Amino acid sequence: MQMKDDHKNISRTQPATSAPTPIMDADAIRRALRRIAHEIIEQNADLKSVILAGIPLRGIEIARRLGEFIREVSKVDIETGTIDVAMHRDDVGTRAELPVVHASKLPLPLEGRTVIIVDDVLFTGRTARAALDAIGSFGRPARIQLAALVDRGHRELPIRADYVGKNLPTATREQIQVRLQQVDNEPDGVWLFKE
Amino acid sequence: MRSPNHMTMRWNRKDLLGLRELSAEEIGFVLETTDAFKQVGTREIKKVPALRGRTLVNFFVEPSTRTRTSFELAAFRLSADVINISASTSSLTKGETLKDTARNLEALHADILVLRHSSAGAPQFLAQRLKSSVINAGDGAHEHPTQGLLDIYTIREKRGKIAGLNVAIVGDILFSRVARSNIFGLTKLGANVTLVGPSTLVPREFEKLGVKVSYKIDDVLPQADVVNLLRIQHERQRKEYFPGIGEYTTLFGLTKERAKLLKPECLVMHPGPINRGVEIDSEVADGLQSVILDQVTNGLAVRMAVLYLCGGIST
Repeated sequence: MQMKDDHKNISRTQPATSAPTPIMDADAIRRALRRIAHEIIEQNADLKSVILAGIPLRGIEIARRLGEFIREVSKVDIETGTIDVAMHRDDVGTRAELPVVHASKLPLPLEGRTVIIVDDVLFTGRTARAALDAIGSFGRPARIQLAALVDRGHRELPIRADYVGKNLPTATREQIQVRLQQVDNEPDGVWLFKE
Repeated sequence: MRSPNHMTMRWNRKDLLGLRELSAEEIGFVLETTDAFKQVGTREIKKVPALRGRTLVNFFVEPSTRTRTSFELAAFRLSADVINISASTSSLTKGETLKDTARNLEALHADILVLRHSSAGAPQFLAQRLKSSVINAGDGAHEHPTQGLLDIYTIREKRGKIAGLNVAIVGDILFSRVARSNIFGLTKLGANVTLVGPSTLVPREFEKLGVKVSYKIDDVLPQADVVNLLRIQHERQRKEYFPGIGEYTTLFGLTKERAKLLKPECLVMHPGPINRGVEIDSEVADGLQSVILDQVTNGLAVRMAVLYLCGGIST
């Protein structure tokens, strides 16, 4: 049942040894994303220039939901896209499992646009770095921002999020699991596993 | 979004030797991966760092421009370093064995070896002995897996599916590694494959591979969804296989007149290099049904996917 796309946090693919602690339920996720949508509206005077670029798989769904909330509040149709990070990672060949690549899709040109990278969990920052690199191959946006449903800490690179749904201090050995109905065919939720 | 089913697939092959040993699921996975790499070709910067720091050796013991260039460009676009070696520039001409040459390449930390060889089985021989990834770029009349994959990818791209399509492969089947790779791949994905050509070049034994054999092209063309024309390989043939070029064209060439038998949506394919006026008329090769240049473009994406998958796994 564990998805193989979790290259962002390899520990998540390992079996958990104790019962998970619920961190967010569907309602909490909805509130967090609605708040982020408001913050995006507040921070970006020209909403039409914003592109929500989801990182596969769950980032794509989160970007879609953020787009809906923004439309509800501001009546602006935000453009969304997909940004693959697998082929931009810095650890290909050092891992037993090769990250699955997905086709990227961004509205072009990026010049003058604000691209908001959207992901489910922000951890080491290496996925975000790879996303920055990937976006750079499409063009030179005016600015790039980062949104994550959960920020669990343990950054290994000088990267921080502009929009965070929930700050969750964790131990390195702990695992965060995000489930979204449209992606996982399971009810929305965020859980913490302790080893 | 794509079905998560594909995401659960694991790729654990360091080598690509042929399509015969791949499962339908593995072929599907390569095609999905190719979608992602084809997208890279549309970017402003058509290069990704996926294989940065890795070294690829293009080892072509038999001549080739298209395939070697395609692998070379694919490697560049993945940020790998590339060395090209051809038969005439290698020490094979000095009597070194294939194995020794390859072991020397490996001692230089070549991570991926792309091999074209006139002997069937040469890539497999090396794959079993080397830690490096070995990619078969054509071995004798055995297999040419990346050509098979790019043909299948092009059909899937243009027709949206493979299963149930009628694919005619026309020409020199006996000597064709392209035909074999296509047969293995297409039948696994559920296509109906018919081989067409003179009986000397299309023996009935091929029916054991799950395909039909026909000696009358005019009976096959009206049903075909895809016609893949193979080059007559002068270099592999002796006279007795073949009465003459003119007679071949009359009996099996896709001439302008014969192309009228095709359904309007039928794809015309050719792995190149084309012998215009022999297996295909210029008007057909350059016509609206032709996807010959799409095959070349897709070949680059397929080879990026294969190099990424085989060269990217930890060995």
